[in-house]
Amino acid sequence: MTDSDKNWDIVVVGGGNAALCAAIEAAEVRANVIILEGAPIDYRGGNSRHTRNFRCMHQVPLSLLTDSYEEDEYFDDLLQVTKGETDEGLARMTIRSSESCLPWMEKQGVRFQPSLSGTLSLSRTNAFFLGGGKALVNAYYNRAADLGVTVCYEAQVKHVDIADGVFRGVDCEIAGVPVRINGKAVVLASGGFQADLEWLARAWGPAAKNFLIRGTPYNRGVVLKDMLDQGAESVGDPTQCHAVAIDGRAPKYDGGIVTRLDCVPFSVVVNKDGHRFYDEGEDVWPKRYAIWGRLVAAQPDQVAYSIIDSKSIDAFMPSVFPPIQADTIDGLGQQLGISGDVLKKTVEAFNEACRPGTFHGNELDGLATEGLIPPKTNWARPITEPPFYGYELRPGVTFTYLGLKVDETARVTGTLGRMSNVWAAGEIMAGSILGQGYLAGFGMTIGTVFGRIAGKEAAAHVT
Amino acid sequence: MSLDTINLATLNSTEEARRQIEICNACRYCEGYCAVFPAITKQRAFADGDITQLANLCHNCRGCYYACQYTAPHEFDLNLPGILAEVRQDSWDRYAWPQGFAGAFQRSGTSIALALVVGLALLFTALAALRQASGDGFYAYLSHAGMVAIFAPAFFLPLVAIGFGLRSYWRDVGGARITFAHLRDAFASAASMRNLGGGQGQGCNFEDGDRYSNKRRVAHQLVMYGFLLCFASTSSGTVLHYVFGLEAPYGFFSLPKLLGVPGGITLAIGAGWLIALKLQSDRALGAANAWGGEVAFVLLLGLTGFTGLMLYAATGSMLVGPMLAIHLGTVLAFFLTTPYSKMVHGFYRLAALIRDAQQRT
Repeated sequence: MTDSDKNWDIVVVGGGNAALCAAIEAAEVRANVIILEGAPIDYRGGNSRHTRNFRCMHQVPLSLLTDSYEEDEYFDDLLQVTKGETDEGLARMTIRSSESCLPWMEKQGVRFQPSLSGTLSLSRTNAFFLGGGKALVNAYYNRAADLGVTVCYEAQVKHVDIADGVFRGVDCEIAGVPVRINGKAVVLASGGFQADLEWLARAWGPAAKNFLIRGTPYNRGVVLKDMLDQGAESVGDPTQCHAVAIDGRAPKYDGGIVTRLDCVPFSVVVNKDGHRFYDEGEDVWPKRYAIWGRLVAAQPDQVAYSIIDSKSIDAFMPSVFPPIQADTIDGLGQQLGISGDVLKKTVEAFNEACRPGTFHGNELDGLATEGLIPPKTNWARPITEPPFYGYELRPGVTFTYLGLKVDETARVTGTLGRMSNVWAAGEIMAGSILGQGYLAGFGMTIGTVFGRIAGKEAAAHVT
Repeated sequence: MSLDTINLATLNSTEEARRQIEICNACRYCEGYCAVFPAITKQRAFADGDITQLANLCHNCRGCYYACQYTAPHEFDLNLPGILAEVRQDSWDRYAWPQGFAGAFQRSGTSIALALVVGLALLFTALAALRQASGDGFYAYLSHAGMVAIFAPAFFLPLVAIGFGLRSYWRDVGGARITFAHLRDAFASAASMRNLGGGQGQGCNFEDGDRYSNKRRVAHQLVMYGFLLCFASTSSGTVLHYVFGLEAPYGFFSLPKLLGVPGGITLAIGAGWLIALKLQSDRALGAANAWGGEVAFVLLLGLTGFTGLMLYAATGSMLVGPMLAIHLGTVLAFFLTTPYSKMVHGFYRLAALIRDAQQRT
């Protein structure tokens, strides 16, 4: 398996969604494929194992997707979140390709289920994986195995050997042993660098050390950095990452979906000094949760506290950790480790600024504070009914934007121009299309579309 | 609950199941697999009775385990099918009546083997003691009255015991009045073993890791329908005897044989297959400490079918006597252990399906 004399048709670096799609496409036309997955088998699949759906264009109802979701609407949604930080040609190609991906995924053994409870708003646009992303990853590994793909776990690629713009092999460590693996083509699908806190700290300063990483600890960007060092063209803001506010008690890595907290719109949020710092009710949570990672990251010690009373405790999805609970605001502050006095004053000032009106949890209800800075512009109900609850918030990093620039054929460009046998797919190149913001399920779309293209192109190159 | 503040080793099975279910309720990726997850999402807090209900509703298809991003070595350490199996076992012990028998045949293969030895010994003794001077077929060895004297109590007493257990279960899970619609729903689910179908009929994850397969579902149904055919065979014999005055032995083209022969074959094959599949599966995803008891139970159940066929095959030979003792002794051991063996799962599973039908409507 690790025979260094063997020359593989295609070396796939990474073991998540994009890598698997590439490997399957290539193996389907009988290419000899090896997957080098950096994680051990239990953690295989990169961030794909934490995903849950795939954003898919469709002109008529498709599989479990209702109604239609056409190219222009899809592209508009993308424009809105990226504020123009996208490549229209690549983006539209990705969107158009997504439609044929869904039946292809089903053919490979991926199963879909109806939109999960609490996510009805996505039933038209996003196809949910039965069992979530890990079940999808399992299906792809089974399919790859049936097609004769070789998979190496704990195979960490240290260097991609490219001479005169031509890929020759990778130097890696498999379970700690240095191994050279040669191939006629390579597909780089090893994710972003969000698990490398040192790298994040170079952009964010020491504050990054307090960030939580929502996904796999194995996306350390080693391959990305190695390629950039060799002059590969890059895309995306090197300083930026996508971060959301999550439960501060989440594990440092791999907390995934269950650490999300949806209570912010119904709460007041204070920093560790007990002061509010942003309008908690600016918009509905699906449109705002992504900015709160950054907001919390800007606060002292990168921590904040969301405070609600018993009126709101059932208004949002349950979190994995129960809230801190107390009968007085004062007492709650002490339990959270912030000044009870200051918190009491903050909440009192907020309560006095609330006006009468009707509360509607599911829509912008215009129930705004008066004369408060910063204001809370929706869902402002006085926090008066004990018991009171508090959740600690911390920034949780989902992914990074810096990546390899690719063209429509997923080919990577180096100092000598477009490389003849190097392709990239998935998070490592997603910045080409998603330069800013986040669109639910779009990462999986990019990974699937470009993984498939890379696999097919690479196979066509070697056979 | 924060993992920093609780020591997993000190949680009992219900508390550990609650910890895991609360994580599931914050994730919900598994909603499409079976009835358990939609039932979870209807609640935010889980009382002990809720956990008991979810545990008995779980058919151990294991789809959720293989799809879970939080299984060990992840620190959340989820193994929902494993812990729910444990809660299930514990609940059957708790509801066992009389309590002195709680767990007697649940976990230990040896105790089931012992029950079989006792059953065989009793029947050989009875045959020796009650030897007939006259009578046809196996009534030549044990009179009809003798059989009734042994098997009427051996059949009805366990049912009474299970009835007491079910009553406690129904109280604990907050069951309401049962309507025909609830029963129809629950029996339809059991008839197709829908909850071993993986949500889309692709089957469960049992003998082949994360690959779906319907083998276990089919094997289970062979056992279940085989058993029901055998049961119908015996019942039809009773009806023929008492209502129509037709006494055994019956020819091949009679209801008892037409039901019993295919029933026995189906039951024996299904049981063997089920055990073969069980040997390939990961024990840690079931009630690991009950593995021996479960295998022995399936063997015993399969033996009731197999020995019945052997008895039929022995017709007219000198082996009828010993085969009759062996078959009836096996059946006796099976009946008497029923309220305290894995057999009881069928009753609680059905109760859980009825309760689930109530909660969905």
